[in-house]
Amino acid sequence: MQEFLQLVVTGLVIGSVYALVAMGFALIYKSTSIINFAQGEFVLVGAYVCLWFYSGLGLPIVLAFLMTMVFSVFMGVVLERLILRPMIGEPIIAVIMITIALATVLKSAITIVWGTQIMVFDPPIFSQEAIHLGSVRVSEVYLWTLGFAFLFLGIFAAFFKFTRVGISMRAVADNQQVAQSMGISVKKVFAISWSIGALVSAVGGILVGNINGINSALAGFGLKVFPAVILGGLESIGGAIIGGLTIGVLENIMGSYLDVYLGGGVKEIAPFIVLIIILMVKPYGLFGIHEIERV
Amino acid sequence: MPCGLFFSKYEKDDAIFKTVWLKCWMTVLVVLLLTFPLFSQKFSEMLGLNVTNLLNLIFVYIIGAHGLNLLTGYTGQISLGHGAFMGVGAYTTGILANAGWPFWLALPAGGVMTAAVGMLFGIPSLRLRGLYLAIATMAAQFILDYAMRNWTSLTGGSSGLIVPSASLFGFTFDSDQSFYYLALAFAIMATMYLKNLARTRTGRAFVAVRDRYLSAEVIGVNLFKYRLMSFGISSFMVGIAGGLWAYYITIISDEHFTMWLSVQYLAMIIVGGLGHVLGGIFGAVFFVVLPELLRLPAEAATAVYPNIFGIFASLREMVFGLIVIMFLIFEPDGLAARWHTVRNYWKLWPFSY
Repeated sequence: MQEFLQLVVTGLVIGSVYALVAMGFALIYKSTSIINFAQGEFVLVGAYVCLWFYSGLGLPIVLAFLMTMVFSVFMGVVLERLILRPMIGEPIIAVIMITIALATVLKSAITIVWGTQIMVFDPPIFSQEAIHLGSVRVSEVYLWTLGFAFLFLGIFAAFFKFTRVGISMRAVADNQQVAQSMGISVKKVFAISWSIGALVSAVGGILVGNINGINSALAGFGLKVFPAVILGGLESIGGAIIGGLTIGVLENIMGSYLDVYLGGGVKEIAPFIVLIIILMVKPYGLFGIHEIERV
Repeated sequence: MPCGLFFSKYEKDDAIFKTVWLKCWMTVLVVLLLTFPLFSQKFSEMLGLNVTNLLNLIFVYIIGAHGLNLLTGYTGQISLGHGAFMGVGAYTTGILANAGWPFWLALPAGGVMTAAVGMLFGIPSLRLRGLYLAIATMAAQFILDYAMRNWTSLTGGSSGLIVPSASLFGFTFDSDQSFYYLALAFAIMATMYLKNLARTRTGRAFVAVRDRYLSAEVIGVNLFKYRLMSFGISSFMVGIAGGLWAYYITIISDEHFTMWLSVQYLAMIIVGGLGHVLGGIFGAVFFVVLPELLRLPAEAATAVYPNIFGIFASLREMVFGLIVIMFLIFEPDGLAARWHTVRNYWKLWPFSY
């Protein structure tokens, strides 16, 4: 029981970061109808850039973090303008393929610049010391991660609910034409969506990079947002959060209890097995919209 | 050259090779391909690389690309799992060949096994739209990849599985030259099959499903049947490609059948041309020749930047990604469409109006 609790808690921590990245993913999908296979590479780029500002240039962490945010927003806008805007109205396969190609380019660029060695934040931002919560042992960095992930989830939830920009984004997601006729610039909303998508991914990357160090395998982390968003339903931001937390816990539990039978590494594919099952049983997720189509 | 087409019978319009000229060119091409090993040696020396080896790879990839083109280009179902499906074919064929099955039995068995796996993961396609299907097949890729790596008692894991060379009627295809004919035969068969399929009832049903699946269903096309069938045939072809690959390379490991291969297959048919028979061919040629072409400037650059081969793999991936992006933005119909444009221009040259 104690081991189980331990797994649930560490799963929740990783899950909260999944939730954050998945929210960015769902946001991009909701407002632009583009499924972003480069989300994992956004995570990677954010983590590396922050690491470079922090360990490479020796800036204080707060400044490094802010610079990374600025960089992510800039990257989101540029990518949207150059690569994704020409894709509006193209067939789904073209759109999917262009994000895959984008992922390839970003990943290879990172390998060329930073190599494939694992890099760590040096000196560490949060201490690794263990804290006892009842019978569960958690290291301090996990708690900070959980806290920051929820902080950002909260900030963005409030952003969508209360700010003018957030409301216009929801309007565009709801109905593009109507939003446009009400004077909302759809192009601007698209650019903002990509920036926020890149931004939350960067935050996720920095948080996870703190725990495990950074190398290009971190992009695989980004791929696990797919099970999360599918579980929650592609269009739902709340669903993405719940999905992220669930997938984090599930993969931890499945990984730990099934590794003995399947020979290690179950954690890596457990989310995808869950994904296939969800698609077969409830294809539009928990909160997704079941589209009604007409001829 | 013909300056226009004039058919007086439907059969003529339906023919694979519509004009006498086309038949002539095709004959020339086939003769060239058949006699190629006679002067491949000279070619290889001239270019400084093994041309026969490249052609063999191209033929194998053509079969797989045709398979994916059938699914994605004709039926409109996206698959990000074809790399792993090729692996299923390769491993099945390899394991059966090791168990003593002859070539003519092990290869189709590999294809059938792959078709079964492909159809299993294609089941969600009935209920899912394109985006969801892409994610489902991506999950299939990861799960199969995991199985190939970790089911060591069956696949040999990362140390690989050794496969004997193919042999048929007492002849062993153990050299580049001999395998050339085997691969060529299968590539031609796959091409003819795809070309023919497009004008059958089944092929038309596939295209109807792609263009507007609801309308297709209303006029009586059984969606589930044709989608699943498309997954089956497509996986079968890619499984055959995998089996041939196993017989050619003779040692297979899971490293080859990753997500990267799936992406490459998709890139092949997109750069080549979705829904064109020529698309798979152009795409396979393009992506097998491209790395070799990149090697030349890389070798030239070693003088200035000696470390270049350390990052060569990444550079290649980057160029690959950029090319795909360029094609999608500037030439979404691929090389096949470009080929048609060029050909139509020259057809009436110099009196183009």
